[in-house]
Amino acid sequence: MSRIILETRGLTKHYGGVHALEDANFILHDGEHVAVVGDNGAGKSTFVRQVTAVEQRTGGEVIFDGQPVQFAGPLEARQAGIETVFQTLALADDLDVPSNLFLGRELFKFKLGPFSWLDRKTMRERTLEALATTAVKIPNVDNPIANMSGGQRQCVAIARTAAFASKLVIMDEPTAALGVQETAQVENIIRGLKDRGIPMILISHNLRQVFDLVDRIVVFRRGRIVASLRKDETDGNDIVSYITGVKGGSDAAYA
Amino acid sequence: MAEATHGLGGLKYDPAKRTRAPEWNVFGALVLIVLIFEILNRMQGGSFLFNMRDNVDAIFNQQRLDIMILQVAIIGIIALGVTQVIIIGGIDLSSGSVVGATAMVAMSFAQTATVNGNPNPKAIFGDWAMDLPVIVPIVIGLACGLLAGLINGLLVAYTRIPPFIATLGMMVSARGVARWWSNGQPVSFPTADYGSLANGDLLGGMTFGLLSWPGQNPAVVFVLLAVLFHVIMTYTLYGKRSYAIGSNEAAARMSGINTDRHKVLVYAIAGLLAAVAAVLLTSKNLTAQAGMGVMYELDAIAMAVIGGVSLAGGRGSILGTVLGAAIFSVIISGFTSIRLDAYYQEMVKGAIIVGAVVLDQWRQRKRTRG
Repeated sequence: MSRIILETRGLTKHYGGVHALEDANFILHDGEHVAVVGDNGAGKSTFVRQVTAVEQRTGGEVIFDGQPVQFAGPLEARQAGIETVFQTLALADDLDVPSNLFLGRELFKFKLGPFSWLDRKTMRERTLEALATTAVKIPNVDNPIANMSGGQRQCVAIARTAAFASKLVIMDEPTAALGVQETAQVENIIRGLKDRGIPMILISHNLRQVFDLVDRIVVFRRGRIVASLRKDETDGNDIVSYITGVKGGSDAAYA
Repeated sequence: MAEATHGLGGLKYDPAKRTRAPEWNVFGALVLIVLIFEILNRMQGGSFLFNMRDNVDAIFNQQRLDIMILQVAIIGIIALGVTQVIIIGGIDLSSGSVVGATAMVAMSFAQTATVNGNPNPKAIFGDWAMDLPVIVPIVIGLACGLLAGLINGLLVAYTRIPPFIATLGMMVSARGVARWWSNGQPVSFPTADYGSLANGDLLGGMTFGLLSWPGQNPAVVFVLLAVLFHVIMTYTLYGKRSYAIGSNEAAARMSGINTDRHKVLVYAIAGLLAAVAAVLLTSKNLTAQAGMGVMYELDAIAMAVIGGVSLAGGRGSILGTVLGAAIFSVIISGFTSIRLDAYYQEMVKGAIIVGAVVLDQWRQRKRTRG
């Protein structure tokens, strides 16, 4: 199989006495799409927060792109090539779509420290291109995103991730708050990432979506990884059994 | 082009769906208020805007226009800085006191040695500080304002205390500096050069068709600075960062913006602009007094708020504040023109400020519901 892009060894996170994540060993290959599933509180989001350095891990190792890493914060993780869509949107409501897409990585006509001249035309054109590839419907990209629906805003956040995706994309329940049509759009963006060969970790409660989109499914239960199964070797009932603890425990499956 | 479609029939771009710039609402309010005063004046047999005298060849009441722009120019310069502070989600209560302190300090380096053949009776320093080149008091004054702004910014950014408290502290302390500087005595008798800063006329009575320029430097400086900061806020990274921080500070930080450093810069610029106002004010009055600039911070905030700058941060513009300053000025001149007592003016001014904030709240609530 292809190169390993992300590996965690014994990744552990304790909040005081609560063991939210225990000894997580996880491998993601280049170009691979993996779903992370599990019940509420199983440790899915905790796992992502350690990888993206939103929180600092209690123990274990993270190896990204062949290098052991210890990011100081999510910004460093992003600069290293990990693009994340968080459950809480990281958008500036009063800015228009291009400004949000390029927030923190603006393009310039000329540089002059904080008074650098923005290249608004190019940023706008690239935004239209990025949105066109994602087939996201936005009434007008020049409006502040505060005027848009939750789904449209989520699409902007995901389009931003997709547009700048370099080495790894992580999405934490990207369709949780979306309608049917908007969910379909987000799934299309994810398929586009697959075609571009960009590896992804998708956290989702939606098993239909998971089976549609990913190559492999990793199940979390009570802070531990209890199964890692190739999509064609399992089915919905099997996954639910691991999620609920009917299967797993001592004889954890590992593909 | 009513509707252009991009990509796979997915992205719709409809220019008609563009939201109207809120500045148009402020402009509409300005026109409406002018109209009301025009009608009220006509009822008294006069005119608010137009020339009614037969012996003067002009369409507009030039005298009133001159006064209107002059009376807002100096506080307007402060409002330009306050606007930026409010846009990043902060507040600056110190600008009036910074004007006072800067006025005293700058004037002390602008004094002339002899007044009517006698030594300057208000001299602060010895002969070494007399008749200095005009650039010296300007630079010292601006440095004074910049320092106050930097302290504000550092307090807000690095101690994490609310901007209201940090700048309230500066408001009290800077006023203390202004009083302590010369034991409450005024500092007077500047050099001719310093006196001509605000009383001269850079543009030399320019006329634009039937309108002539009010011909005084504070107005020139106000307009130039307004254009400069409008461009900076609209077209540069500084503006983008300011709106991003005011809109969602956590998102701005996650996007790699050094929010603390940017806040310091914005507060420093606000201090600098207060100092520009102080230099012009002392030059215009040919004296500096410890009580100068009292309440200016509130007038400046009022101009911004009337101009649509949201106290919640992230929304508003320099253009809005300039329009807000115009409304402010029209109201003051308007009440004078219909001979309404100054007490009523203040009462109504207060009501208008509250009204502007209520309108902003309504706009916000409508948006979150929609």
